[in-house]
Amino acid sequence: MLPAPPDLICRDITKHFDAFRAVDHVNFEVPQGSFFSILGPSGCGKTTLLRMIAGFQEPTSGDLLIKGKSVIGVPPNRRPVSMVFQHLALFPTMNIGDNVGFGLRQRGVARAEIRRRVDDVLDRVGLPGVSARRVDQLSGGQKQRVAIARCMVLEPDVLLLDEPLGALDQKLREHMKVELKSLQAAFNTTFVYITHDQSEALVMSDNVAVMNKGQFEQIGPPQEVYHRPATAFVAGFVGDANTFEAKVTAVNGSMLTLATQTGAQMNVSAPQSGFDTGQRVDVFLRPEAIELVASDMAAQNGDNISPGTVTSVLFNGANSALTVRDTATGAMINVALPQTGAFAGIGTGDTVYTRWDPTKARCYAAPGVK
Amino acid sequence: MSSDASRLGFYLLLAPILLWLVVLIILPHVGLFVVSISEKIGPREYEIGMGNYAAFFQEPLFWRTFARTAIMSILATALTLILGFPIAYYIAKLTQGRTKTTLFLMCMIPFWVSELVRTFGWMILLRETGVISNGLQALGLVSGPVEFLYNDAAIMVGLVYTSILFMVVPLVTTLDSLDNSLIEAGYDLGGSSTAVMREIVIPHAMPGIVSGCIVVFMLSLGNYLTPILLGGKDSLWFTGMIYTQFITRFNWELGSAFGFLLLILSSLVVFLGLKLSGQSLSETMGRS
Amino acid sequence: MIPTVPQPVFAKWCYRAYVVAFFIYLALPLTVVGVFAFNNSVFPSLPWEGFTLAWFFGTEAPYIGVFHERSILRAIGTSAVVALWVSGLAVTVGTCNAFLFVRHEFRGKAFLYILMLLPLIIPGVILGISILVFSSSIANTLEDATGLWFDGLRPGLILVILGQFSFITTFATLVISARLQKFDPSLEEAALNLGASQWGAIRQITLPFLLPAIVASAVVSILMSFENFNTTLMLVGSDSPLTIAMFDKLKQGSTPVLNAVSLLLIAVSAALGLISLLFQSNKQ
Repeated sequence: MLPAPPDLICRDITKHFDAFRAVDHVNFEVPQGSFFSILGPSGCGKTTLLRMIAGFQEPTSGDLLIKGKSVIGVPPNRRPVSMVFQHLALFPTMNIGDNVGFGLRQRGVARAEIRRRVDDVLDRVGLPGVSARRVDQLSGGQKQRVAIARCMVLEPDVLLLDEPLGALDQKLREHMKVELKSLQAAFNTTFVYITHDQSEALVMSDNVAVMNKGQFEQIGPPQEVYHRPATAFVAGFVGDANTFEAKVTAVNGSMLTLATQTGAQMNVSAPQSGFDTGQRVDVFLRPEAIELVASDMAAQNGDNISPGTVTSVLFNGANSALTVRDTATGAMINVALPQTGAFAGIGTGDTVYTRWDPTKARCYAAPGVK
Repeated sequence: MSSDASRLGFYLLLAPILLWLVVLIILPHVGLFVVSISEKIGPREYEIGMGNYAAFFQEPLFWRTFARTAIMSILATALTLILGFPIAYYIAKLTQGRTKTTLFLMCMIPFWVSELVRTFGWMILLRETGVISNGLQALGLVSGPVEFLYNDAAIMVGLVYTSILFMVVPLVTTLDSLDNSLIEAGYDLGGSSTAVMREIVIPHAMPGIVSGCIVVFMLSLGNYLTPILLGGKDSLWFTGMIYTQFITRFNWELGSAFGFLLLILSSLVVFLGLKLSGQSLSETMGRS
Repeated sequence: MIPTVPQPVFAKWCYRAYVVAFFIYLALPLTVVGVFAFNNSVFPSLPWEGFTLAWFFGTEAPYIGVFHERSILRAIGTSAVVALWVSGLAVTVGTCNAFLFVRHEFRGKAFLYILMLLPLIIPGVILGISILVFSSSIANTLEDATGLWFDGLRPGLILVILGQFSFITTFATLVISARLQKFDPSLEEAALNLGASQWGAIRQITLPFLLPAIVASAVVSILMSFENFNTTLMLVGSDSPLTIAMFDKLKQGSTPVLNAVSLLLIAVSAALGLISLLFQSNKQ
């Protein structure tokens, strides 16, 4: 027996608006039961892509397959996908039960059966007994769950979610991330989720696609996207990073020696990237990859180490950081400040040493220069 | 700020509105009612009685005209809704930016023009020597002049024309406020066009439909020009009958009774319309 | 049935054809009225006898143009007087009402608001006859008691003005209230804080803010007054405003001079209507 085809396949999908190419030859597959996120800045084409899957826009070229069948030309009301809209689009003229039962009514399901299935799905999203309430009597998080229930009651092959957490406040959003993930696991339905919030994508997804200017820059599990970004855009967009512009001064196997414009020397490991001496590169270094040390005692195995002055302490609980000015070059870098107590007394003006492993930095050819 | 000064300000603001409403609206209607229940028993001698109302119910011409006016007005309202809804929907949902503004303004312009001018236009079009009759002859569809004026269809055309903007404008406003994603959600959940229309668009547009229908019905019921000019001498419109009693027959008592009956009918329809749709007068009218 | 939901091409074209047909229906009567104003014939109907401006500027019978037709000119003058009075009164009372309903809380406010809306749902003919009946009975009583004449309470321009004012004020109140509701009261408080008097703050801060709505409602009031027929018909005396004068002429049999007046009315009302819309939308 052949393995089941992926729930959703996009083959070379392209969408033009006049001269503008909103989606540019995008390819991906989403296996059954997985949580797939498309992460990108606003205007990158992710909404267009999602709306093409839902059927509200026709691709200019390419093919879309759901459960192995092409849905090109199939109107949205005949597609086996459901969508949770950005502002949820709960029908204000109907109560919760009628909202959730809307799709079943369209299919001509018997009334008693609709009632049973609506109650059942509301139970599963943790909102038993709200059928008779009006939409405006629910809290933001409850509306969220009703919107998901309204789709899930139809047992769609793929559930599309268009930044549904955007309108919630910070605290509720953190909570809903966890809840969405567990709902997805409980229903075992394929979710395609678009967002510009990297934390949403990283926390919930099995796979993340990072999108920019209509193209996918990288597809992979969250850890891979975070730790091994494929392009400079991904490195800059996902997570925080210090960036340096530099020039390759020596190549020694996979180890590069770089010089920044202000004259600082650094070592960066860049396996399989084939840089040449003299080439311009962009270097990305995560704040938590930098270690604070009290002295420059041991510069072992090529670690980069340099003295600096603390210019500000940005206390933010577990995400606290320091801004450090490099003594030699004057460059500013952000360094994560672990709240372990070791640096509890650090203050502005203190001298510290920063140390980082060459394998922790990522190095990409500078744009426009070959 | 002293509360005396503010009280004075309050009463100064209260005075004009009370003067307006009491002197020009409430007292005249009370007066109208009093006159309607007066029966003339001699020169400048009256006694209270329901004789004028009895006369209305005894004379078939009177109450048939009344019923005819009501039914034609309901018909005109329904027709206006059916014809106007697709237009409002088109303007609100299928056009954008400048096209939308232009179409909306084009809808408004006939509204700014005097009803007399509009009706005059229809007379030029519909009469025996008119544009449509001549056009049909030129096309060879009819052999001689055709009179399109002075029948109920002409009245209907005129009534719908006169009031359609009062239907389209509130409908455009309410349909505009319907988020497109609600329509998309309806389709996404498997709804057909009919189901989306019936379950999402129309319930949302209900306030606009009600306020449009109320205004159109009242305008038709109280219309005088259109039925008289397009329907001719025998148009049998109730306002025409009121005019005859007041100005031609000088029977103010009977005329007042007619006026009061018309007022009751129109208030009843407004009241029922609001009750059926569960809305209040303030929100329905205050919006326009 | 929105652009993002695909529909059959045939249905789309049918829909568009209907919309086009509708706008033709809308434009047709006004167009023929305008076109026949230039027909060189004594009847506003086909056949087309050639182009003429005589119905505007003509001086010789039967081609007496609008600008030389005494009765029409006088009716326009009467209408203008009535319209200015109605507009001035309606805007003044409307502004007071707006302040009353937006700024003050008092017992019976909701009731008074509904009462204020009532003129909208009373048919114009009824408004007319009720005022006619009421004013006549007052006049009768006063004349019986004093033996003097009270012509102002008999059908005539004063009653026409009062009759139109009685329902146009509601429109003015709604338009001005809507704008006053958008006013941020802290602006007025800031003016008081900077030393202005209560009335000074209203005059220098609030009224200028209300100005677009006041102008718009004044223009709309003038338009509504000019084109009012039903209420006016019942209250008119010997001086006829324009619509009544035109109605009388129309009943006698029309000549293209009516088309010419109508065309002027169309042009002026369309222009005024657009101005009022611009005033309302620009400043919001």
